[in-house]
Amino acid sequence: MISQKKLIVSHAPFLHCGAGITERNYNILLAALPAALVGILRFGIPALGVVSLAIASAIGWEYLFNRMAKRSISVGDGNAALIGLLFAMVLPATMPWWAVIVGTLIAIFIGKQIFGGLGSNPFNPVMLSIAILMVSWPALLDFDGMLVNYDFSFDAMYPLKVAKHMADLSPGAIDRYTAWNLLLGNQVGGIGATCGLLIILGGIYLILRGFIRWEIPVSFLVGVGLTAVCFNMADANNYAGPAIHLLSGYTLIGAFFLATDDASSPVNTIPMLLYGLLGGFMTVMIRNIGAYVDGVVFAILLINLANPLLDKIRPRAIGKVA
Amino acid sequence: MKGKSFFGLIKPQIVYPSTATAASDFKRMPAPNRATFLIRDDWDKTDKAPLKVGDVIKTGQKLIVSVDPSAYAVSSITGTVSDISPFSGDSGQNFTAVTIDASGEETPDNSWEAAAEQATLETAAEYLDALPGAPGLARFLKSEHGIHTLVVLCADKDMLVGTQQHVLTSQSEALKSGIRILKEITGIDQLFLAVPKDRVQGYGSLGAEVKAIDQKYPSARPRLVMKDVLGTVVPMGKTTEEMGVAFFSAEAVAAIGTAYETKKLPTKKTLTIIRKDGRRSLLETDLGTPIQKVLATLGETLNEKDRLILGGPMTGSAIYSDLHPVCPDTDAIMVQDHSDISFVSDADCINCGECVRACPVNIPVNMLVRFLAAGSYEDAANLYDLYTCIECGLCTYVCISKIPIAQYIRLGKHELDRAKAAEETND
Repeated sequence: MISQKKLIVSHAPFLHCGAGITERNYNILLAALPAALVGILRFGIPALGVVSLAIASAIGWEYLFNRMAKRSISVGDGNAALIGLLFAMVLPATMPWWAVIVGTLIAIFIGKQIFGGLGSNPFNPVMLSIAILMVSWPALLDFDGMLVNYDFSFDAMYPLKVAKHMADLSPGAIDRYTAWNLLLGNQVGGIGATCGLLIILGGIYLILRGFIRWEIPVSFLVGVGLTAVCFNMADANNYAGPAIHLLSGYTLIGAFFLATDDASSPVNTIPMLLYGLLGGFMTVMIRNIGAYVDGVVFAILLINLANPLLDKIRPRAIGKVA
Repeated sequence: MKGKSFFGLIKPQIVYPSTATAASDFKRMPAPNRATFLIRDDWDKTDKAPLKVGDVIKTGQKLIVSVDPSAYAVSSITGTVSDISPFSGDSGQNFTAVTIDASGEETPDNSWEAAAEQATLETAAEYLDALPGAPGLARFLKSEHGIHTLVVLCADKDMLVGTQQHVLTSQSEALKSGIRILKEITGIDQLFLAVPKDRVQGYGSLGAEVKAIDQKYPSARPRLVMKDVLGTVVPMGKTTEEMGVAFFSAEAVAAIGTAYETKKLPTKKTLTIIRKDGRRSLLETDLGTPIQKVLATLGETLNEKDRLILGGPMTGSAIYSDLHPVCPDTDAIMVQDHSDISFVSDADCINCGECVRACPVNIPVNMLVRFLAAGSYEDAANLYDLYTCIECGLCTYVCISKIPIAQYIRLGKHELDRAKAAEETND
């Protein structure tokens, strides 16, 4: 039974659904792009510079590390570009060039590659990098200071800063921000983090296409909302209501694009819900009680840390004995 | 061939096909001029050898290759033995391949006619185990086999295959007598007919209780039928027989029925051919027909670097040669064009969780595959449920990193079994 034709032989299964890493990353890029474009329109050429530099340098670092580690070149899978874009989206438009390059270096090298590359990172690379920048150069991530030379048609105070110092400001200062204005992006913030509407639409696209799981963003937002309501009910003069917390700062981009990072988030349903709720809760806790103006960065790092433990909550395998 | 839907939130539902469309072009192939039979036994080459090159074989004659046979085949043609050689099958199973050249005229073998007068388990096991569908009656010969329930599976275990469903519609009379005889010879009265949900109506007269099985792959796999239909979970490491349930394919039972009704051994096998362009054809051919001939009948071409698969796309096995014969348990033949073959990659797991959500038995595949890739098979088995895997292949089908998860799982089980065997010999 020797055949003349050489056939390809391998083990089952012989079909694949066709989904791939590259497709996934490019779709997330696509979903994030509208919010980034609106940011570029609002903040002008400096924002375009930051976005371009962040994406380009992230790809450059990735390529450099691939060469250094003698691994196959993984630039083409789109993940480095995605990290670059998401990193730029949370930066102020006037971020100095060196800080952008250092930031992407931290994200790609320390955040992703030293752990073994895509899929092995315990923390979200973007959040890890932003956290390091926030601690090292706090002034660079102070939106009011960085965007002082812009002339906006809307209130140019960073909403979360107003929320943080409500007790010291005149009563009603926080009421200047309406939910609709925040949703449309009429607020100060990161390049791609201000226009809530487009971030939500991008997130919904990703959920419908199955690239992110609805459990994480929804529970994250529920966590933020519930905790904010509790604080607001306890002391309405000191703590802002849920709308401010949900629609300003990094909340939406965090819920839809950062907390949902595959490698650092759980895969089972109950852990995903707990992960999101905990992230939302920690966000508002840090904002209202902690030292930082925005709590999303450290909240996401904290839930990333809890992820392996949370993911141990899983259904029992069918047929398992003892 | 089968892709992810645009909206991924809707889980990729892989549904067993209905055979209604495929059955319309049902073909019957003429008898082949050469047939090969694979017998899972070692060939005895001594003078006492029961089978030699040059022997004349009649249609329906049992083929035995050793003095103390552990398996046999039934010839589907009349002719002379032209070749006997060893053959190595999937996962190193040893077979003896017996090739028979047809003589042109058909002479039936009568030994079964006498044996069929009285239906007993012993004679049935002696003659019928190599019939289409591979009944496996030898399971009942062991004393204290503990089997108390029979299940006739009228659904196909793999996706895209429609063989058993076709047998259910086209051979229901034979199925009915097969069920009656099976109950009689085994003495087991509890017999269920497991039928796809959409075809549950109209089979009440076959003499067995009809149970519906879900149409979503892999619900027709015996372990899941046990869980969902019979309500018994088969613990890992145990077979369904050890839990007291014996599964038969519809074709096997129909063949038993035909053998007793006509006093002749049936040797026609129903096949589903899954073609390169995704079309499926149903066809009936003699056991032992080379696959080459089956494909030629349909006008299907097989080129260099294509893939030829015995069985369905999720659990079948790829073979080296198109001269491989149609065997009693070959329910489907699949041909894949070189350009359609999806290759695996060496990318790491990105922890997306698609596999975990696809797994029918709740294995944390994302963790399991990390341990398997690192070679920590013991931990994979103890901490992450390696042995509960039913090898349906769904995790590999949905894997975004294109990791060969199913292959890792088979390797892990194989290595652990080998280590265990080595330990036992050391003791």
